Amino acid sequence: MLNSEEYTLSYDGTFDGFLTCVFHSYEQKMSNVTFQRNQHVQQSLFGSTIEIITDLEKADRVWKGIKSKTSARGSLRVYTAFLSEQAQIEALLLNYIQQAFISVLPMDFDFANETVLKVSQIAKSVGREKHRMEAFVRFKLTTDGIYFANIEPDFDVLPLISKHFKSRYADQKWIIYDLKRNYGLYYDLKRVEMMQLALPDDYDPTKTKTDFFTNSEIEFQTLWQDYFESTNIASRKNMKLHVQHVPKRYWKYLSEKLR
Amino acid sequence: MTQISNSPKSIFMSFERIQEKLKILADAAKYDVSCASSGSKRSNINKGLGDATGMGICHSYTEDGRCVSLLKILLTNYCIFDCAYCVTRKSNDIKRAAFQVQEVVDLTINFYRRNYIEGLFLSSGIFKSADYTMERLVAVAKKLRLEENFNGYIHLKSIPGASDELMKEAGLYADRLSVNIEIPTKEGLKLLAPEKNREDFIKPMLKVKNEIIQYQSEKKIIKSTPTFAPAGQSTQMIIGASGESDQQIMWTSNYFYKKFNLKRVYYSGYIPISHDPRLPQIGTDVPMLRENRLYQTDWLMRFYGFEVHEILNNEHQNLDLDVDPKLGWALRNMAHFPVDVNKADKFMLARIPGLGMKSVHKILQARQFRNLNWDHLKLMGVALNRAKYFLVCDSRDFERRDLTGPQLKSIILQNTTSKYQNILSPQLNLFG
Ligand code: SF4
Repeated sequence: MLNSEEYTLSYDGTFDGFLTCVFHSYEQKMSNVTFQRNQHVQQSLFGSTIEIITDLEKADRVWKGIKSKTSARGSLRVYTAFLSEQAQIEALLLNYIQQAFISVLPMDFDFANETVLKVSQIAKSVGREKHRMEAFVRFKLTTDGIYFANIEPDFDVLPLISKHFKSRYADQKWIIYDLKRNYGLYYDLKRVEMMQLALPDDYDPTKTKTDFFTNSEIEFQTLWQDYFESTNIASRKNMKLHVQHVPKRYWKYLSEKLR
Repeated sequence: MTQISNSPKSIFMSFERIQEKLKILADAAKYDVSCASSGSKRSNINKGLGDATGMGICHSYTEDGRCVSLLKILLTNYCIFDCAYCVTRKSNDIKRAAFQVQEVVDLTINFYRRNYIEGLFLSSGIFKSADYTMERLVAVAKKLRLEENFNGYIHLKSIPGASDELMKEAGLYADRLSVNIEIPTKEGLKLLAPEKNREDFIKPMLKVKNEIIQYQSEKKIIKSTPTFAPAGQSTQMIIGASGESDQQIMWTSNYFYKKFNLKRVYYSGYIPISHDPRLPQIGTDVPMLRENRLYQTDWLMRFYGFEVHEILNNEHQNLDLDVDPKLGWALRNMAHFPVDVNKADKFMLARIPGLGMKSVHKILQARQFRNLNWDHLKLMGVALNRAKYFLVCDSRDFERRDLTGPQLKSIILQNTTSKYQNILSPQLNLFG
């Protein structure tokens, strides 16, 4: 029998936490679930709030289940959409997972299904942000010999870009720091780890001060800016198209745009 | 390795001199429109620097909306030739400069480490001789690969007339090689670059093609065979400099695709740069819309299963500017329509005007679950404003009037607010 009482599942905001919630909703046959991330706990007016403690084993079982019912792209789509941090993304994903579990064909190709469509659209915008970050990260060489970059992505894409940067910059230490979410990735020539920095209060990500960064850093930024200017063909100028490719909100991190 | 020391000194002998060279030699290289950095399979080895396995990333865009993916420079803009259409031509009164091999290596590595670029695209004016020039281009690539353990993308220009030995070496270090044929017809070439002949372009291209085939077949037997120009060859043609027709351009393009297994042909609208009476005068508009139509045709040939003569032939020597070539073809071939989206094969779906390959694949997958109607198609994001006249789906609603091509064309043109006027760049969605 389905349990139609309203439940609010409160969890830690991680993907494993979310999967643990899915596990519980199945175990208790809950049909009416909303989610809450611990950071913003509110007492709900109706129904009861249950605090879900992240359980890696349960999360893993759910994840394996999802993988067995969808293509590799389909399961990645679930994770990617989750990173959008959108309000009520959990409920949408739960719905997606429920449908996937009962579908005979792998549901991820059913593009005329509204849930599939919504999830894949959200995953697509997160994916686009991932690609933008892979393109728009600009490292600056610090006096400690670390290549350092700031980002402020619209979605929580650091987990998605880690592999790309690790395989590309295998022989240099680097940090990519998300100023919005206040955490970063640090690669120490062996592995990538999550880290938090205490940045000075007056820290300005658009400046390259020589107390942090090398002199040659400023030279290379200058050369890059020169290069960027030289590649323009005035008779073809089309700023509308330019801004479409490089939206203005990213400009402050692009050294070629800081002149 | 190339960790930069912390000394306040520049890593360059003279920073100002490098700055000036970079400005001159980037400016001279910008007319080569190729920016692709995809298609290689070179991955990071021995924890070196870089990886070229991905799709190729545009790290920035120029103000005219072109992708910036590679450090695109000339090794030098000194040249012994005098091709009329080229800014670097001998008779042009411009500042000249030349990089040293090590300078190009340093710029590439340091730009790459900062995630500015996917790699290097190195071309050159021809100084002294073809071989002398080619030798230096190869030296840069060799140094990057062997001394810097660089696994990013390298595109080298094959210098027309370079020896087979040098081309062979180039292919061992470069991901892509290209020779620009520039002028689509032999007659045009004779007029604008009388010192050059087609054979000089074709020789290195043929050598590279044969080496690629040989290396690939050896690799099937011996796994450790090194890769040879894994991202293949490309070329570029200038559009609108020598009065050629679209048919001549695309048939030449088709010939090069087939005969030399080219990966890409680029079309570059001629940008007037001289007062030479043989050429369009300064101030003439760059034919950007025509350029876009040629790219669309190129796409139709490579991904949509069209043969070049279906689109361009003796009866139809130039592309329509007011409609895209797929719509143009459909309007001339109304007998093939309407297409039933629930039954048609991929080949016919791809011919429906307005439908991109992505939509085609979505339709093929989604129709396994149910018969698709207009709502489904809309939900899937299929652009229907043009397509609706050319298809039927699971609905009683469809275009019933028996319209002729010209009638339909005028209806479509009335309904689409000259969107095409803005779509001028090859980087854009070609069939959006
Ligand atoms: S040989 Fe090349 S660089 Fe020299 S003038 Fe001709 S096109 Fe320009």
